[in-house]
Amino acid sequence: MNPSVSSLGKDLVGLEDLSGEQILSILDTAEPFKEISERRIKKVPVLRGKTIVNLFFEASTRTRVSFEFAEKRLSADTVNIAASGSSVVKGETLVDTARNLEAMRIDMVVMRHGSSGAARFLAERIPSSVINAGDGQHEHPTQALLDLLTIRDHRGRIAGLKVCIVGDVLHSRVARSNIFGLLKLGAEVAVCGPATLIPPAIEELGVTSFTHIEEAIEWADVLNVLRLQLERMHGGFVPSLREYNRIWGVSSQRLAAAPRDVLILHPGPMNRGVEIDSDVADGPNSVILDQVTNGVAIRMAVLYLLAGGRQESAEAAKQGGEE
Amino acid sequence: MSEKLLLKGGRVLDPSQDLDGVRDILLADGVVAALGEQIDVPEDARIIDCAGLLVTPGLIDVHVHLREPGGEHKETIASGARAAAAGGFTAVCAMPNTDPAMDDPASVGFVAAEGRRAGAARVFPVGCISVGRNGERLAPVGEMVDAGAVAITDDGSPVMNSLLMRLALEYARAFAIPVADHPEDLALSPSGQMNEGLVATRLGLTGKPNAMEDIHIVRDIMLAELTGGHLHLQHVSTRFGVESIRQAKGRGVHVTAEASPHHLVLTEDAVEGYRTEAKMNPPLRAQADVDAVRAGLADGTLDIIATDHAPHHYDEKEAPFDDAPNGIVGLETAVGIVLTRVVNEGVIDLSTMVERMSCQPARAFRLPGGTLAVGSVADVSVIDLDAQWTVDTAAFLSKSRNTPFAGWALRGAPARTIVGGKTVWEAVSEPGG
Repeated sequence: MNPSVSSLGKDLVGLEDLSGEQILSILDTAEPFKEISERRIKKVPVLRGKTIVNLFFEASTRTRVSFEFAEKRLSADTVNIAASGSSVVKGETLVDTARNLEAMRIDMVVMRHGSSGAARFLAERIPSSVINAGDGQHEHPTQALLDLLTIRDHRGRIAGLKVCIVGDVLHSRVARSNIFGLLKLGAEVAVCGPATLIPPAIEELGVTSFTHIEEAIEWADVLNVLRLQLERMHGGFVPSLREYNRIWGVSSQRLAAAPRDVLILHPGPMNRGVEIDSDVADGPNSVILDQVTNGVAIRMAVLYLLAGGRQESAEAAKQGGEE
Repeated sequence: MSEKLLLKGGRVLDPSQDLDGVRDILLADGVVAALGEQIDVPEDARIIDCAGLLVTPGLIDVHVHLREPGGEHKETIASGARAAAAGGFTAVCAMPNTDPAMDDPASVGFVAAEGRRAGAARVFPVGCISVGRNGERLAPVGEMVDAGAVAITDDGSPVMNSLLMRLALEYARAFAIPVADHPEDLALSPSGQMNEGLVATRLGLTGKPNAMEDIHIVRDIMLAELTGGHLHLQHVSTRFGVESIRQAKGRGVHVTAEASPHHLVLTEDAVEGYRTEAKMNPPLRAQADVDAVRAGLADGTLDIIATDHAPHHYDEKEAPFDDAPNGIVGLETAVGIVLTRVVNEGVIDLSTMVERMSCQPARAFRLPGGTLAVGSVADVSVIDLDAQWTVDTAAFLSKSRNTPFAGWALRGAPARTIVGGKTVWEAVSEPGG
C-alpha cells in the first residue's frame, strides 16, 4: 500500500471536502471490514508496521476507543496521547506537538481538538495522514460516515431519504458532517430545534429548518438526535433541560403520530429523558448500538484507504492477502 | 541648519488648496517655503526630480498599533514609525492598548519621545479613555493631552459602559480632542471569531452579527448628540453602521469615522480555509457591507482611511483560528491597495483619496499637516502611480508579516516620504524592481 495514491487524498478532515463517490467508496470499503470484528481472533495484518498516534485534546471515550479498536484489529502500532498530562499543558503549541510526533516517524495522526479548523491546520503542516476525530464545532467525519452506513444498512439507500437532525445543531460537528455527507449522497436534509441552537444561514446550505419536533417527525424517514449538553442551559440557549424535553424531546408518544416508521439515530452519549426518551432509545426503531458497531468498521475503512488501500482490494486485504 | 529641498516638477495634488497640477515645492526650515509653477531656487537647495510622480500632503494614519511598551516582539515604536514612512505615511496615531496601557502622562510622553527618536514618521500618542483600559474610571485626559495625546480611546475594547462614554465625550470637549471608540457590543457574542453567516456556519466558527457593531454605533451617536462631544468611530464595517453615521451627520452630530483598507476590499470569504491572516475585529463582512463602506467612503460619510495596523508575531497567528489574535498589518500595503482596488476601480478619485488619507485625518485629529499651503509643516508624500509591485512580506520594515495581501500584484507605491522637510524614506530603486 502506498499512501501517496490514497483515493481520499492525504487526510480525512471533513466530508465537505469529499465527493459523493469518495464517501460511497468509504462505506463500501467498510462492508467487508465489518466481519473482522465478528471473528474469534479479531486481527488482520492490513496495517502491520504502521504507527498511528491518537491525539486527543478533548475527552472522548467512544470515539477514541473505536479508533483504537480499528487500528489494533488492522495490526497498526498505536499510541494514545491525552491533552492532560502531556506537554500541551506545559504550553507547547499544536504545531510543536505535531512536529515532535512527526520527528518520531509516524504514519497517521487521529486528532480531536476543541478548535474548529484544528485538523486542517495540522494536515497542512505535517506529511503524515491526519484523521479528524472532531474539531471544535466544525466536523466529525467518521461519526457521520458511520451514521450514513447505519442508515444504508437499515433503509437500503441514502439518496431520496428524508433525514432530520434534531437538537443542538449550532454547536455540533456531528451535525455539520452529517449535513455535508447526506447532501452529497442525495438525501433531503432538515434540522429541528430551538432557534437559539440552529446555526445562522443554515438554509443556504440547502437544508430545511423545522421549529417544532412534531413537524420534523411527520416529515422524516430518519431522525438523528443530538446530545444536548448541559452547558447549553448555563449558556442560556435553553431555559432548562426539563423544558427542552417537553418541547423538543423525542418521545414514543410523538413518534406514534408519524406516518411511517422513523429510524432513530443518536451519536451518543445520550441524555435519557432530555433529548430522547428511554423507550425510544431502547425501542424497535433505534439503531443506536448498530452505529457504535459500524463505527469500528468505518474507521478501519478510513485507515485502510488513507494508507493507500483500494476499495476493490479490501476483501482480499482482510484475508491477509495484501499489505 | 536643515537642508532645503526642492521637489521639482511633480504633479502636486492638494485638495486643501483645490490644487492639482505640475508645481515645484520648496521645503525649508521644516515648513513649506514656496509653492508654484516657477519658484526661485536657493543655491543651497537640493533638487529632487519629481517628474511623473504624485506629490501630496503627507499621509496620516490615525489608527495604528505600535505595540510598545509590552509587545516589542510584534512591533516597536521605531519599527512601526519606519514601516509607516515606507508606506508613504508622514504621521501615525499610536493606540494605547499597550502593556501597560497608555493611560497616564508618563506613558503618553514615553511614546511621543520614542517616536521623535525614531526619526521616521511622526508618532502621535492616543491616550486611554479609562484607567487601565478597564472601562470603569476616566483616565487623566488633560494631563495626557499636555503630554502629547491627540485623542483618547480604549481601542481593542469598546467602551461598554454608556455612562463612561458620556463622561468621556463631555470631558474631552475641554481639550478639543476626539473620543475614538471601537464599536462593538461584546455581550452579543463574547466568543465570536468571524462574521456571522454561511461561512462561519460551514466552518463551525462562532459568528459576530452586524448588530454587534450597529448597536454600539447608534449608542455612541446618541451620546455624541447628547453631549456635543466629538465622537470618532473606528473601522466601520457594516452597512447599517454607515447609514447611521450618514444620518447623524445629516442631523449635525459631531461624528467622524474610519474605513480600513481591508474592509474596503475583502469579504468574509477571505477566511475560508481558516486563514488567520484574515482574522480581524471587526471581522471581514459580506459583500453588501463592503459595498456600503465603499459608498460611505465616496460620499464622505466615512471621513478617513485608517489601516488599524495590528502587528502580531507569526507564532501567534500560526494557530487554530480561535486561538489566533485579531488584526493585520496595514501600513506598508495601504497606498497600493487603495490605489489599485479602490481608486482604480472608480470608487473614489485620486483627490478624494488624498482627502481621506491626509486632509481629513489632520482636520479630525487636529494634527499638523494635511496641506501643502505655504507655511505649513513640510510633511510630504511622493507616490509613483505607475509602479507595479507584488506584496512581499519579507521586505516589510514592520517586525510583523500578518497580512492577507501577501502576493497581491498592485499598481502604485510610495516613492519618497518627507517629514519636517527631511526625507525619512525613499524607494531604493524602482519600487518592486
